[in-house]
Amino acid sequence: MPTQILMPALSPTMEEGTLAKWLVKEGDVISSGDVIAEIETDKATMEVEAVDEGVLGKILIPGGSENVSVNTPIAILLEEGEDKSALEGMDVSAPIAQSSSPSPQPSPQEVGANPQPDPVEGKAVEEEGVAQAVSRAEDPAIPAGAAMVSITLRDALRDAMAEEMRRDERVFLMGEEVAQYQGAYKVSRGLLDEFGPKRVIDTPITEYGFAGLGVGAAFGGLKPIVEFMTFNFAMQAIDHILNSAAKTRYMSGGQMSCPIVFRGPNAAASRVGAQHSQDYAPWYGHIPGLIVIAPYDASDAKGLLKAAIRDPNPVVFLEHELIYGETFDIPDVEDWVLPIGKARVAREGADVTIVAYSRMVGYALAAADTLAGEGIDAEVIDLRTIRPLDMETVINSVKKTNRLVTAEEAWGCMGVGAEIAAAVTTQAFDYLDAPPARVHQVEAPLAYAGNLEALALPGADDIVKAAKGVCYVG
Amino acid sequence: MLDYYRQMLLIRRFEEKAGQLYGMGLIAGFCHLYIGQEAVVTGMKAAIRDGDQMITGYRDHGHMLALGMEPTGVMAELTGRVGGYSRGKGGSMHMFSVEKNFYGGHGIVGAQVPLGTGLAFADKYKGDDSVSLTFFGDGAANQGQVYESFNMAKLWDLPVVFVIENNQYAMGTSIERSSSETHLYKRGASFGIPGEEVDGMDVLAVRDAGRRAVKHARSGKGPMILEMKTYRYRGHSMSDPAKYRTREEVNEVRQHHDPIDHAKARLLDEGWADEAALKAIDKEVRAIVADAADFAQGSPEPDASELLTDVLAPGSV
Repeated sequence: MPTQILMPALSPTMEEGTLAKWLVKEGDVISSGDVIAEIETDKATMEVEAVDEGVLGKILIPGGSENVSVNTPIAILLEEGEDKSALEGMDVSAPIAQSSSPSPQPSPQEVGANPQPDPVEGKAVEEEGVAQAVSRAEDPAIPAGAAMVSITLRDALRDAMAEEMRRDERVFLMGEEVAQYQGAYKVSRGLLDEFGPKRVIDTPITEYGFAGLGVGAAFGGLKPIVEFMTFNFAMQAIDHILNSAAKTRYMSGGQMSCPIVFRGPNAAASRVGAQHSQDYAPWYGHIPGLIVIAPYDASDAKGLLKAAIRDPNPVVFLEHELIYGETFDIPDVEDWVLPIGKARVAREGADVTIVAYSRMVGYALAAADTLAGEGIDAEVIDLRTIRPLDMETVINSVKKTNRLVTAEEAWGCMGVGAEIAAAVTTQAFDYLDAPPARVHQVEAPLAYAGNLEALALPGADDIVKAAKGVCYVG
Repeated sequence: MLDYYRQMLLIRRFEEKAGQLYGMGLIAGFCHLYIGQEAVVTGMKAAIRDGDQMITGYRDHGHMLALGMEPTGVMAELTGRVGGYSRGKGGSMHMFSVEKNFYGGHGIVGAQVPLGTGLAFADKYKGDDSVSLTFFGDGAANQGQVYESFNMAKLWDLPVVFVIENNQYAMGTSIERSSSETHLYKRGASFGIPGEEVDGMDVLAVRDAGRRAVKHARSGKGPMILEMKTYRYRGHSMSDPAKYRTREEVNEVRQHHDPIDHAKARLLDEGWADEAALKAIDKEVRAIVADAADFAQGSPEPDASELLTDVLAPGSV
């Protein structure tokens, strides 16, 4: 009985990939464990091993095919003793995939300082139901006439670090797997090749230790970028972020300086369970002496990461794994630096203000599209910086729309939305036509089960519902 | 040796005065005195050169004085006045002087160990050959981040000397009750870091061991551990009655192992100084301490406008 070999999922977030190369051909005898193909995800090139043994009867997806969805049949395996006649009657036509020139992408180790973007990046946008990024060409921060180019969030972050490292010898990057592995999420891809092991440093798995070491190096006159593989692991190090980095300037009467950036993915990834899925924006946003940034698109991520690296203060820079691979417009200008502490009106509207940060901005924009279809004109504000909060932009918007919805991936209790709602009710009470509504994760550790995870995390539908609620519609 | 004697005496008289001011209500909160341990920081200071850094925990007054920070500024910080090193915003446990290469002054037990390792990282990165002296106690020696630091310090051969001030008690818990291996100088063995046990009550022994360790670190061989066997005469902090040890135990150390008495006897025995010279030093030190106490009481409290300054550095947001 012939069996199908399916396109495997090679990471928690992988939905499709490029079948770069077959390493076996039709008619070859395969044992389980044999490497049969190479598959590229947006993070890496991986080898695929055979699970069963038999003879490769038919290759359904040729090498070089892009955008092959997980679970697509890619080949047919025949049992011992079977021959091609066993394929008769089976559907062996090549499904869906678009074939392209079979030129495999370089493996991470071969990537130079200017790696080519992965062919599959940017595809998560439609599939996750997130709105297409709005064009940044209208942004007043962008010089008139500047060309816009497409870039993934991941590469924008990498470019920001590379540009600042070229500009200032004191800037270095340290963290787990940032150098030889090219970054656990490939954000530091190419940096080791350009800057060498003195400035791109693989650390042991020792968050408390290397966060403290980074703070000490900042005290000693350097400008460290400390990458946490995820901010979930930074809880081991939060003592140094809080007690050593954030408080020392004050405790020293202004004498000591701690110019350091703590960065990495924050909030929920996909199906990784409770301990790997938490939004820490409210935790760090609570602390005087810290700057906290949580950008959404590539343009803000690059401009604000450059600003963070130049800043004389400790900065917590919260990224989001699920949008690392998304493609956004970014102005093609030299030295793109944005001011810290300024929110951005991502979409103008008149009926309700939706305030969001990080990945929730994408959902807020999608919700605004849906609401527009129902006659509600939503304004979307991307906070970009969590601390200090740009309440002026929020208040000005609420004075116009008279309604407020906040959206965050964190739990609601003591959250960013709670802070904004308190500030708006304090500072613009008379302008409100409805009590503010908060959209956030349900008050439970994040579940592993797919259905429960989806129920727990906020999305565009939740924002639509909340917006209609404050507009007293539906 | 006469300089070391003067230095140790200054620390002792300063700390005694701080204890008095605490009793008068002029110093508040936590105040950890260094009395008994003076030879450790004095000997280590004698082993380093300009540009080398020191960092320690909260029992930090001695380190600051040894590095030449002004007794007036240190005492005024203890009284929470604007003339203090942190303009009254840090207190006993949080003072710094970048000019004198003193990097605090840290209140979380053991936190200074990765910080000091980071100072050494910066030294190596910048290509100067300074050495970081990272002090911590026998209590901090059981913190996990100490071993995370040991690992990275040896992995990258950072120029750091870990100085363990083993005064036998982590607050009220004796080392025998807290540590499975009480020879703390051996704690680097599994990382390949050499260690040495030192009589921390003998300033010359400290200096000589310090010179060996600093030379080791400065030459690119990486970190070294010095375990200073020492003793604190007072409680853990001013509010600690120290009932966990006997009066006899304390008196035995004071009478037979006091670092200042020891130095004094040596000076006289060797003929390096006479009684008149020592008396002159004693008088000079008392005058410095009295001056510091006067300054610390006369300096005003910080203005209310200081409340919200120094939270963030200017030049960003």
